[in-house]
Amino acid sequence: MREFDVALLSEAVYDMALHCCYILPDDFKAALRAARDAEDSEQGRHTLDIILTNLELSEQMQYPACQDTGMCVVWLEVGREVHFNADPYGAVQDGVRRAYKDGYLRKSVVGDPLRRTNTGDNTPAMVTTRIVAGDRVKAVYAAKGFGSENASQLKMLRPADGVDGVMSFVLKTVSEAGPNACPPLVVGVGIGGTFDHAARVAKEALMRPIGSIHPDPFYADLEAKWLDQINALGYGPQGYGGRTTALAVHIAALPTHIAGLPVAVNINCHMTRHEERVL
Amino acid sequence: MSVLEISTPLTAALRRGLKAGQQVLLSGVIYAARDAAHLRFMAALEKGEALPIPLKDNLLYYVGPTPTRPGHVIGAAGPTTASRMDRFTPVLLELGLAGTIGKGFRSQTVIDAMVRHEAVYFGAIGGAGAVLAESIKKHDIIAYDDLGAEAVRRFEVERMPLIVLIDSQGNNWYETGPAAWRSRKER
Repeated sequence: MREFDVALLSEAVYDMALHCCYILPDDFKAALRAARDAEDSEQGRHTLDIILTNLELSEQMQYPACQDTGMCVVWLEVGREVHFNADPYGAVQDGVRRAYKDGYLRKSVVGDPLRRTNTGDNTPAMVTTRIVAGDRVKAVYAAKGFGSENASQLKMLRPADGVDGVMSFVLKTVSEAGPNACPPLVVGVGIGGTFDHAARVAKEALMRPIGSIHPDPFYADLEAKWLDQINALGYGPQGYGGRTTALAVHIAALPTHIAGLPVAVNINCHMTRHEERVL
Repeated sequence: MSVLEISTPLTAALRRGLKAGQQVLLSGVIYAARDAAHLRFMAALEKGEALPIPLKDNLLYYVGPTPTRPGHVIGAAGPTTASRMDRFTPVLLELGLAGTIGKGFRSQTVIDAMVRHEAVYFGAIGGAGAVLAESIKKHDIIAYDDLGAEAVRRFEVERMPLIVLIDSQGNNWYETGPAAWRSRKER
């Protein structure tokens, strides 16, 4: 057994929450620069230039890169030999609370979806836990903006709809999202499982580094094809016209029922704010 | 690509000269309001009360900035999705509002009202919170302070980078921009 002080977890969440709103991951910046070079629309290049300048200004001048500093999503992978000395969920919320105060981040969370009073500190984060082997705790953190979250969709397809049916639904979702979701996008597609788990893995797929290849060649091939199809739509950066509607499509598949084909499409804007720490 | 420098107040004559797809740098005074402030605007109008901002020839920016860091004028200040304000926009245009600044699609009802009142919808780049903050030189909260990020603000902006998305004739760059790119590909 490893005695685990939850203060470690609180500090890790605090650091990630503060850092990710100001400094975006290297894989994303590299993808954005490559997209800028490959963009064949003048408006598209101009827009990507401003987005790249924005990332520099954000780091240098200490502005969050985007004013929607998101709702916090946290995944905890807890080694089964870990014993927490106190409530780990409380520690996560404490990290978020302190980061949003100290980091001049926007508090965008309401405590109830219909009565809509702001909680004042951006809590609660949405937390998912998984028990794994070992004595470590891995924390994955994302600050999810809602311009793109609002453009996400889920549908229970029929098994006979197959690959083409799923692709059509992905393209429909991206088309309806259009400029509202702030392209260039990262598109997470969860296929299979149950209603809820399709959505969960779609969001988890957004955490994969941009440029990473799916380990299953069947899905690696679909990811490349669907990205081409999305980028043929012509929305381009911010929907002003151009090639770069999306930077990546990430698919996550789960076993499912003989009668079903759940598909969830979770859209991320170009604020791909996520980090992870192993504690 | 030509970039046009414009300033507020944005009279109908100035608005008529702006075409969808035109990049502009905007200077002058603009006002900020988003979801919750619009609800209060509507409640005020229903009661016959005056709005806290002047509308005639003015622009409304849909933004909820991050808290201001000491030494800064404002926090990150990029646009939010405009369509959530669609149900309120025609009334404000009717009262003289010259146009709006945001991101994303507008409804046909809004576009029709824009044509009637020769209004303009400008796009600011979503997620360019730092770039847009740097163009804001003065920032005052002028109403509904209790709404926090959603309070109504008055900004003085200098060379704020925008694009004309929907012009006063109803031309929509969200349609023509991507369509032009697609037809270039097909040739």
